[in-house]
Amino acid sequence: MRFAVIVFPGSNCDHDCYHAMKHILGQEVDFIWHKEGLFQKKYDGVIIPGGFSYGDYLRTGAIARFSPVMKAVDGFAKGGGLVIGICNGFQILLEAGLLPGAMLRNESLKFICKDVYVKVINEQTPFTRCCNRGDVLRIPIAHAEGNYFADEDTLARLEDNGQVVFKYCDKDGKITSEANPNGSAHNIAGICNETRNVFGMMPHPERCAEAILGNTDGKNILASMLSHSAIFTGACSIRYTDYKQDR
Amino acid sequence: MNAKVFVTLKKGVLDPQGKAVQHSLGSLGYGNVQDVRLGKYVEIKLDETDKAKVDSQLKEMCEKLLANTVIEDYHYVIE
Repeated sequence: MRFAVIVFPGSNCDHDCYHAMKHILGQEVDFIWHKEGLFQKKYDGVIIPGGFSYGDYLRTGAIARFSPVMKAVDGFAKGGGLVIGICNGFQILLEAGLLPGAMLRNESLKFICKDVYVKVINEQTPFTRCCNRGDVLRIPIAHAEGNYFADEDTLARLEDNGQVVFKYCDKDGKITSEANPNGSAHNIAGICNETRNVFGMMPHPERCAEAILGNTDGKNILASMLSHSAIFTGACSIRYTDYKQDR
Repeated sequence: MNAKVFVTLKKGVLDPQGKAVQHSLGSLGYGNVQDVRLGKYVEIKLDETDKAKVDSQLKEMCEKLLANTVIEDYHYVIE
């Protein structure tokens, strides 16, 4: 499969995403500079990486969302293509309206960089099919604006539709306010759109996808995207076995 | 024409920065401070004399970029 990693001025997790998809998962990957209004190749998935696109000026993701490449991403998403936004990528997807809600400053007003636990709420998505419902993954966060906000109606709709994919939890999987690092509504760490093909999460799976880094929990999420295409049916269980062995 | 745009968090959206400033003002002895909301102030200079046009443009700018209407309210003054 072939993946595109979008690069904005200020992206800083683009190479991590490239490394994870290419060298850990063995896929074809291209960097796409944000000035590109059209994809020159056919992609099976698009990754919007973390970082500080446009220096977080105005609001996180607010300027990046108008980069020419976002037209291509929008078209790709509306055509059913897989789009994952990680951290700043998630913020950009929210600003672009590809996912509902918005990000506020962390309740503590601090930039938080640490491992957190997230619980798999919906494993029936192209991004979590290598997980089981209720699995607890340990994944690092690194953000100052990860306090997810949506109005009550939107939150209820997200919960009812199974669009809440990950929630912050403690290491035993309990979803508590103490385990919520940033004040996110409903402990939300990751959501998808109604059609399940656009997904955003604040934790960084690409930073914990190989044994040498001491944690492979994130590999589950990235590998899940491989099994979405019919060509790769079955790849998931193979990856999942790998994953279990890694642990 | 000049415009002043004010963007603030909606009522009901927690403003942790405002709370921190409120707390700080309280500890400076301003015990009567009841609430503080922080926001953004944007000055825009436009090469335009048609006030109605500026008004509709500013509304569009706020909706598209200057405010995120999921969490923020805006208002502006044209001079």
